[in-house]
Amino acid sequence: MSDEIIIIGAGQAAAQAVQSLRAEGFEGPIRLFGDEAYAPYQRPPLSKKFLAGEIGYDRVELKAEDFYASSGVATHWSTRVTEIDRRQKHILTGDGQAFPYGKLLLATGSRVREINVPGFDLEGVHYLRNIDDVTSIQAHFKPGAKMVVVGGGYIGLEVAAVAVKRGIDVTVLETADRVMARVVDPIVSHFYERVHAEEGVKIETGVTVAGFEGKDKVEAVVSGEGGRYACDVVVVGIGILPNTELAAEAGLHVENGIAVDEFCRTSDPDICAAGDCTSHPNGIYGHKLRLESVHNAIEQGKTAAATLAGHEKPYNQVPWFWSDQYDLKLQIAGLSTGYTQAVVRGDPTTGRSFAVFYLKDGVLIAVDAINRAPEFMMAKMLTAKKAVLDPARIADESIGVKELAG
Amino acid sequence: MAKITYIEHDGKEHTLDVADGMTLMEAAVKASVPGIDGDCGGACACATCMVFVPEEWWDKIPAKEDMEETMLEFAENAEANSRLSCQIKAAPAIDGMRVSMPKSQH
Repeated sequence: MSDEIIIIGAGQAAAQAVQSLRAEGFEGPIRLFGDEAYAPYQRPPLSKKFLAGEIGYDRVELKAEDFYASSGVATHWSTRVTEIDRRQKHILTGDGQAFPYGKLLLATGSRVREINVPGFDLEGVHYLRNIDDVTSIQAHFKPGAKMVVVGGGYIGLEVAAVAVKRGIDVTVLETADRVMARVVDPIVSHFYERVHAEEGVKIETGVTVAGFEGKDKVEAVVSGEGGRYACDVVVVGIGILPNTELAAEAGLHVENGIAVDEFCRTSDPDICAAGDCTSHPNGIYGHKLRLESVHNAIEQGKTAAATLAGHEKPYNQVPWFWSDQYDLKLQIAGLSTGYTQAVVRGDPTTGRSFAVFYLKDGVLIAVDAINRAPEFMMAKMLTAKKAVLDPARIADESIGVKELAG
Repeated sequence: MAKITYIEHDGKEHTLDVADGMTLMEAAVKASVPGIDGDCGGACACATCMVFVPEEWWDKIPAKEDMEETMLEFAENAEANSRLSCQIKAAPAIDGMRVSMPKSQH
């Protein structure tokens, strides 16, 4: 019987799991499969400093080049795993090779949601998920070029912020009536719409994309509302989907993601899962979550590694996220879904620094902090404690952040 | 280049050669020094790369900017000599510096 741990997927969770498996004392063989040509790298900078050309591959690559070899990890880049055979306890790769495992870690991540409209396959229509995507988009970075961004979420707005600074004419089309509608209160949406307008980005909300037109390459985006937006390049950012197919086909329990418990165990005791692909319990919110974040990938990578090494390290933390656009650092602690009251601290209508506290029946569940590190740091702590806060005190800036909990 | 020694909470030491211009966080993450996560990759957004810098080195590294200052003011386990290692770049002036890490940070 094999004692090898096989990791499928080579992103942030996988890199963390390798490091943590060794730190947890696992000395057996580890084999890592990734379908990209690169060793694990950080994705968040791809739509920020990396897209802007401020940093290169050496700064997004997570580990030193010799890390995997020196950690005793056999690596298979550009290799797609096509099947998990749980009865035989092996996995199969695209070329039909079988690799036996003792235990398995699914770190399959997520992929972009694709847009299914006429002209979707025209040259010049891009997504942003991988290093290669960024390289393709950067080829269009010529002053005066026209870019249409489809989707006013984090990725779309970050791309818009980088592109407009490069002298590109940018229009963002969003289906909802405001940007970032899925994740923030209208106060925050309208703030971002104002700043993007100040920076020269055109945002149009309530616009559905009906198709892309062009002869050999994209020349225009056509909307369902009858609009036509001439362009040289399109970047589509309309969300991501968890890669759960391998797990589902192997008969593992899959819900909104691959179902795991607080130890990252799937419905098969020999298989763990970590990162974007999982649906996992969260004790602070009392229900299961699927998160698209680095923090989640790192922490679940640690938890899964502990479990695989025979230890217990339950995962139960306040999720957090960040987004950099222009001089705005948005830090989000917690999840605001289901809030009953949004309380603003600071002035979102002028300037560029404020925070929104989300309360559910008086209990703090999340904070969006824009250039407000103190509020963010405090919120991480208070959300974990399920603190009950007084809205009047939150709004009163003469009361210090540390005194908010009263 | 600077030789930097990272000391884990339990006293275990890791000495790395850090290239000029590279941050102490990046070097630690790439070399898998336990105790430095650097979740945000150096965006000064997470405070998971905190180190304690002995006083004799304070004037050899740049002073804290506002963002780092406030992140540290509210970070768990922070002390007067805490710094975010993503904000410290290696340079010949800090060759030989020894920094230590808190018990945990996330």
